[in-house]
Amino acid sequence: MSTLVALPILIPLITAAVMLLTRNLIVQRCLSFVALSLSLTIAVVLLVDVWGSGNIVVARLGGWPGSFAITLVADRLASVLVVVAMAVTLVVLLFALGQQAADEHSSYYHPVYMALTAGIAQAFLAGDLFNLFVAFEILLMASYVLLTLEGTSEQIRSGTTYVVLNVIESLVLVTAVGLIFAATGTVNFAELPERLAELPDGVRTGLHLLLLVAFGIKAAVFPLFFWLPDSYPTAPSSASAVFAGLLTKVGVYCLIRVQTLLFPGELSDLVMIVGIATMAIGVIGAISQQDMKRILSFHIISQIGYMVFGLGIGGAAAIAATVFYLIHHIPVKTSLFLVEGIIERDSGTSSLDRISGLARRSPMLAVLFLLPALSLAGFPPLSGFLAKFAVVRAGFDSQQYVGVGVALLVSMLTLVSMAKIWVGAFWGEAEPARPSGDVGILRHQRSMAAATMLLVAMTVAIAAAAGPLYEFATQAAIQMLDVATYVSAVRGS
Amino acid sequence: MSVWSLVLVSVLFGVGAYLLMDRSLTRIALGVGALGNGVNVLIISAGSDVGEAPIIGRDGTLTDPLPQALVLTAIVIGFALLTFLMTLAWRNWTISGNDEVEDDVEDRLVARRAERTAKSGDQPHHEDVTP
Repeated sequence: MSTLVALPILIPLITAAVMLLTRNLIVQRCLSFVALSLSLTIAVVLLVDVWGSGNIVVARLGGWPGSFAITLVADRLASVLVVVAMAVTLVVLLFALGQQAADEHSSYYHPVYMALTAGIAQAFLAGDLFNLFVAFEILLMASYVLLTLEGTSEQIRSGTTYVVLNVIESLVLVTAVGLIFAATGTVNFAELPERLAELPDGVRTGLHLLLLVAFGIKAAVFPLFFWLPDSYPTAPSSASAVFAGLLTKVGVYCLIRVQTLLFPGELSDLVMIVGIATMAIGVIGAISQQDMKRILSFHIISQIGYMVFGLGIGGAAAIAATVFYLIHHIPVKTSLFLVEGIIERDSGTSSLDRISGLARRSPMLAVLFLLPALSLAGFPPLSGFLAKFAVVRAGFDSQQYVGVGVALLVSMLTLVSMAKIWVGAFWGEAEPARPSGDVGILRHQRSMAAATMLLVAMTVAIAAAAGPLYEFATQAAIQMLDVATYVSAVRGS
Repeated sequence: MSVWSLVLVSVLFGVGAYLLMDRSLTRIALGVGALGNGVNVLIISAGSDVGEAPIIGRDGTLTDPLPQALVLTAIVIGFALLTFLMTLAWRNWTISGNDEVEDDVEDRLVARRAERTAKSGDQPHHEDVTP
């Protein structure tokens, strides 16, 4: 089993290297597809094993003993996130193939996309801080290239903000790694909890804050979110869908690790306040926007707030809610961006002032938008309702009434801004330039439509299988809170 | 960690942070370089004592090889980042004739809308947001 852990990273990485040898687009597409399907299969096998046995699967690269090796760790949370990540990247690849956009025709698109996938998988599986830093660099470097692949002035402008902000994030992270190594003499997740606990309080808090800032920039929490709504909207739709679905969630995943493994339960008030502020600011930003992509980008921020709020509450129930939220949010957000991509390809714009009447032209597209949109706002019985319900209940149980109040208000405001997209883009008369009988939006874009339908089906499936999935999230949370078992599993003693 | 390496680290951090605040991409790239080197010196000097090269069979105090391995990786990554930033600056220069980071179009629109509302005192019109 332990050799399988490295494969979701190695397969895309090796494929990326092979792809650079050929510039043939068809070969590259086939290779991408095969590599991602293979990684997904392996990730599913790994998940089934981890879920069934409840073990933590550890791979020590190079066969070095204990903490000397570069360790990859697949516990419940990591393995389920790798499966979700691989599934989402595969679906978005299908979308990108159908989109026929300029960026996908570049011979660098597929290698870079593979590197992005490898980086995401490595970030979830990393067993030490430095490895995590390297994973971040791989996925960030890939995202820089994807964001600026067309090289238009708009992309360069927003790409610059994105690159500079993320470079600063990397520098903060590597500084934190350096200082933690100086203070404890290790970067291994198995040894850090014990060694960090021995440090004086001031040093601990300093190191903790450095990590929170680094991962907070990546997760786009208040007040470090400003780069996100600026840069995601200019990326090509397929790229922004992956970014929106997965990249910020990697940051949230790291925040979860910091709060449960490295500094369990510390500064949780701060994390909670940050979460509440993130929810509120994100949704207020979304309401003031007129562009569909920007509205959706601001909603990423406000949804991150829910997860961080759950993390701040602490305890098994709240962390289970955060994990469930994380799993539900990735496909929902990605499918919304895919629907936006279809609309943008059809109308040539994502500004709500210029599109209207889509519901009349393509009722199916309206359904594909409505399901994830209502799920995002937390409408029962969709997955978003269950995720929000879990977070709110955890908040009630620990008497965080202010946070609960803000969470409920924010979900109402989310509904308002989803309604704004609905009214702006889907209702009203179809543009006079197009005959109203023309319902070919989805019919002409079969593979884009299929990809979006797959993801929407995935969000519905999450709602349908919410019982077992929530049970799994609870198990994952319990496993994460049990630091001693993690430590002994990773050390191999 | 010797005092001089501490001084070097703080100077590099200071210079880097100052350059990062500039609008010109070339300066930002230089700032990233300085900051990156500052971090590398920090890891090297904070992470290990000065000693013999850590080769099996040597006696005496050996240096910890781990921080050096970490810094080697960080240097390579930093180099790649710097190259990418320079490419962005070059592209920006070929497009707009300078390498300054501009404001976002939507940001400018929002700012203009707020200005007009403040001037006329009434609600913003729908067409104000059309670029």
